[in-house]
Amino acid sequence: MSTNLRSLCSMSGVGKFVPFFDFDWRAHRWNLVVIAGAMLGGYVAVHYLSDAGNVALNPDTIKQLSTFGIDAPQGKLMPDAIFGEDALHQPKMIFLLLVGGVLIGFGSRYAGGCTSGHAISGLSNLQVPSLKAVIGFFIGGLIMSHLLYPLIF
Amino acid sequence: MKVIKYLLVGFVFGLVLTKSEAVSWYRIYEMFQFQSFHMYGIICTAITVGLLGVQVIKKRKLKDLKGNAIVIADKEPGSVRYWIGGIIFGLGWALVGTCPGPVFILLGAGFLSVSIILVGALMGTFIYGVLKNYLPH
Repeated sequence: MSTNLRSLCSMSGVGKFVPFFDFDWRAHRWNLVVIAGAMLGGYVAVHYLSDAGNVALNPDTIKQLSTFGIDAPQGKLMPDAIFGEDALHQPKMIFLLLVGGVLIGFGSRYAGGCTSGHAISGLSNLQVPSLKAVIGFFIGGLIMSHLLYPLIF
Repeated sequence: MKVIKYLLVGFVFGLVLTKSEAVSWYRIYEMFQFQSFHMYGIICTAITVGLLGVQVIKKRKLKDLKGNAIVIADKEPGSVRYWIGGIIFGLGWALVGTCPGPVFILLGAGFLSVSIILVGALMGTFIYGVLKNYLPH
């Protein structure tokens, strides 16, 4: 999935300045089509297959989130406190989403893959490098979730 | 025909990840708090199915639709890039509760604020491209 980010960068023509993006993204066009399909799948799932009982979290998680001022799911996939319209008016939330994106983009390219490439495909193919990356994913995630969240929210 | 094949794979991917709630920010938070088996169940099931599939492909030397041998490239050996890159990715994954696949799926589903994550992810990819030769791998 994250390879598409490189393709999108490459399509913008930055390959002229940065050699990393000077590759034949057209050879990866199929992957962009997969993404178009995934977007369509997401649209259909949310608009036609949603249910008010969705995202039945552990009650402890909901209680914990409320101390951060984050709303309970009640059938929603994403919290309004971070992704809602009001949140888009808060510079802090925009900054957090942007920084999170940068970490994902940078980290997945540095590690050579993301959740799909390393956790699912890599581990399925018994790749030791993928195991290292996935353990790294969880170390980073646990640091963020347990140590940094209370400081951020 | 070729396009439909990839479109269909993506469609199922998007549908399953949304309906299984793996694209949900909440589920990622819950996972990192070890408060539910939900995400671990999804990941373990996917790996088990993948493992069986890869083994069958390798043992039976299966061919693709065009009759070519299916070759799954090994990951490059190394350590630093996987540990450090992995940790950086994990920090972002937990912060915004989405990884690259779900970013696109959620955009398609109409969560417009996710486009900020996408812009960030493109910036991060670009920064890596610029710094690549200065980083230990």
